[in-house]
Amino acid sequence: MTAPAPAPTPTEQSSRRLRFERIPMRRIILIVLSLSIIYGVVAGSTATLRTGVFTAEDWQSLIINGLARGSVYALIAIGYTLVYGILFMINFAHGEVFMSGVYTAYFVAVAFAGNGFLNSNPLIAIAILLLVSMAVSVFVAVILERLAYRPLRGAPRLVPLITAIGASFFLQYTFRGLYGANVRAYPNIEILQGKWTIFGIQMLKTQAIVIVAAMLLWVLLYLFVARTKTGRSMRAVGEDREIASLMGINVDRTIVATFAIGGALAGAAGILYVFLFNQVIFTMGFLPGIKAFTAAVLGGIGSITGAALGGLLLGILEAVGPNLFLTGANVPSPNQLQPVIAFGILVLVLIFLPGGFVGASEEKRA
Amino acid sequence: MRNKTSLGKLVLLLVVFSLIVAACGSDSSDTTTAGGSDTTTAGGSGDASAVCDADPFGCVEVGSGEAITIGTLLVISGPNASLGQDSQNGVVMAADHLDGTFDGVNGELLGHPIAFNHQDDGCSAEGGQAGAQALAADPSTVGVIGTSCSSAALGVADTILSDKGIAIISPSNTGPALTTPEEHQPFYLRTAHNDKLQGAAVAKFAYNELGARTAATIHDGSPYADGLQAVFAETFVSLGGTITKQEAIQVQETDFTSVLTSIGADSPDVLYFPIFAAEGGLITQQARQTDGLADTNLIGSDGMLSADYVAAAGEAVEGVYLSGPDLSAFTGDQDFYEGEFKTAYQELWGGEPAAAFHAHSYDAANMLFDAIKAVAIDEGGTLYIPRTALKDALFATSGVQGITGTLNCNDLGDCQSTATIAVYQVVGGNYDTANPVYSEVASLDG
Repeated sequence: MTAPAPAPTPTEQSSRRLRFERIPMRRIILIVLSLSIIYGVVAGSTATLRTGVFTAEDWQSLIINGLARGSVYALIAIGYTLVYGILFMINFAHGEVFMSGVYTAYFVAVAFAGNGFLNSNPLIAIAILLLVSMAVSVFVAVILERLAYRPLRGAPRLVPLITAIGASFFLQYTFRGLYGANVRAYPNIEILQGKWTIFGIQMLKTQAIVIVAAMLLWVLLYLFVARTKTGRSMRAVGEDREIASLMGINVDRTIVATFAIGGALAGAAGILYVFLFNQVIFTMGFLPGIKAFTAAVLGGIGSITGAALGGLLLGILEAVGPNLFLTGANVPSPNQLQPVIAFGILVLVLIFLPGGFVGASEEKRA
Repeated sequence: MRNKTSLGKLVLLLVVFSLIVAACGSDSSDTTTAGGSDTTTAGGSGDASAVCDADPFGCVEVGSGEAITIGTLLVISGPNASLGQDSQNGVVMAADHLDGTFDGVNGELLGHPIAFNHQDDGCSAEGGQAGAQALAADPSTVGVIGTSCSSAALGVADTILSDKGIAIISPSNTGPALTTPEEHQPFYLRTAHNDKLQGAAVAKFAYNELGARTAATIHDGSPYADGLQAVFAETFVSLGGTITKQEAIQVQETDFTSVLTSIGADSPDVLYFPIFAAEGGLITQQARQTDGLADTNLIGSDGMLSADYVAAAGEAVEGVYLSGPDLSAFTGDQDFYEGEFKTAYQELWGGEPAAAFHAHSYDAANMLFDAIKAVAIDEGGTLYIPRTALKDALFATSGVQGITGTLNCNDLGDCQSTATIAVYQVVGGNYDTANPVYSEVASLDG
């Protein structure tokens, strides 16, 4: 084998797996497949760059754009990753936690826009919006844990997963009932309009703010998990729940804290999301939720760094991928294939790095 | 992992959906008026049982004093709800006006009250399928007004209902494929214009009025949007213009900046994106922020000619052109529309029409009522409506004055062989349907 194979994991070394003679054959097929995909990507990209359709500015703006949306994915992904790190369950209702906060804050924003407060005191207004959104998301996340997940904590893993999907729909349609089924546009905030030139690169103010704010929140979270007492107990519960409780850690409270932090970040991500996309509807949590989950898996689920890397990578792949890989190959309507590219890369990563970029075992879990 | 979970979501969605459908089915078929059983003479002739036996799909039997059930299959939830709700209002108003006045009370047809079974087409093939099956399963469904979106009809609702012999008249499907000889289903008709007219009109507007020479298009994979942009592109090229790109997006996505950057690389004079409210709103916002599209005229079509789109696009909507039926130039009864109809609409539904197809659905419902009058056989108060004869009566509609114009149904179900297509511009956060910036009369034959 010429291509780099992943380091064998302990399971693969076990005699049980080695009995299957077919495995190397299967891996060769996979490698051939992947090499041909990589060839396609490289050939497509070179062809695109040779046509010179896109200027350097276009590429810059695509990458900035990918970073901006990737930052939002990353913040939502942290919610998945924290919960997975501690409970080993995938909280599929997390997309709805994200939606609930920002959709509620919409009504505050409209009220502020109506009386002029939004543009006369934009910083205070945004801070209030952020607080409202985070508070509602935290509330929904904590209630969700208390009512839907805690009673099932001892159940087989599939049970909370299905419950999470049910909770996702329950929340979506509850908010549809509360707020209606229409698409609504967030009012414009004047100071966020326009562009900045940073390091010679032109970008929308909103994009720059979203990227910086997301980085800031990520650093705060990292410090929180690494330095504070609650953070330490979170890690301990993730390590071994029973032993942690024997050591005097209040497991229930730690799990609630985890959901609350995930919810707070999702609420903040919601406000950043409307800076970029300016639109709310009750189904808005579904797709970002799925993508953030993908980002979490891509980076290595259970790892906070992985969630951030995965989110940014997914964002950039989505933004740049179709134009870079497919334009040169003369594929019609390349941008329709955005999800194909993003999820295709996910499959490739999972084949070669089953634990994601930052394998959960290598780094301390949330 | 992802596959497993989306499968799980799908299963749940089906369960939830069937619950909703069941709930709607049970409470929406209430009748507003108790039936008075005056003796009326129905237009059909001959012995009911003989006619019904001869009809391949049999008869709908409406007992004495029972209601005639009309189905609607329009988008009444989600981001395009105002499109379907507006059409549904038109249908209900047609029943209201059976007694000659708009008073909020349904009139009677041949001495029977009208009951509605309102279903949601979800503006998707899945929604159209679920709604059409619910209507097809109800033996009392005489006819259906729907769907709102071409995607809900094409190969789905039109086929399911035609297989059951239930006539379906769409007030707002404009996708050309629906009435092509290859795709047309025997029980399908529409009072909406065919997009062969609309796409061509928009191309002429862009080329002649805006002076555009280059254009790019975006569609969302729906038969409506794809058909419309294809006709636009064809006409634009035949006029001498150049199409720089024909792109496509995914419904429910939110970030279209990569597609817009790709289109902006050519800085076209016009960007035509005949899609729907949510994605249309986002594209409008994001196009305004894309460098290469600073001087590009944005044009949408009737899927976006609604209050939903204007709300979704926010302030970026200013200056956008939207095409649709010319509500100010209906060749039908313009006085009735501007006067009595619009006043009643505002009184009954508490606001200006939120979309453009209330008049088309009003005409569609009246077409259906007229056809029922023509073929129903009254035997001692019980009404027998032969299904195939009803369909034939609908297809025979010719020279009938509706609000939208003269209805002449051809063999493929197109009842608007001539339509006036207008282009409106959004000014001050609204488009004025009384003052289009461009209007042309287009005919399918010419």
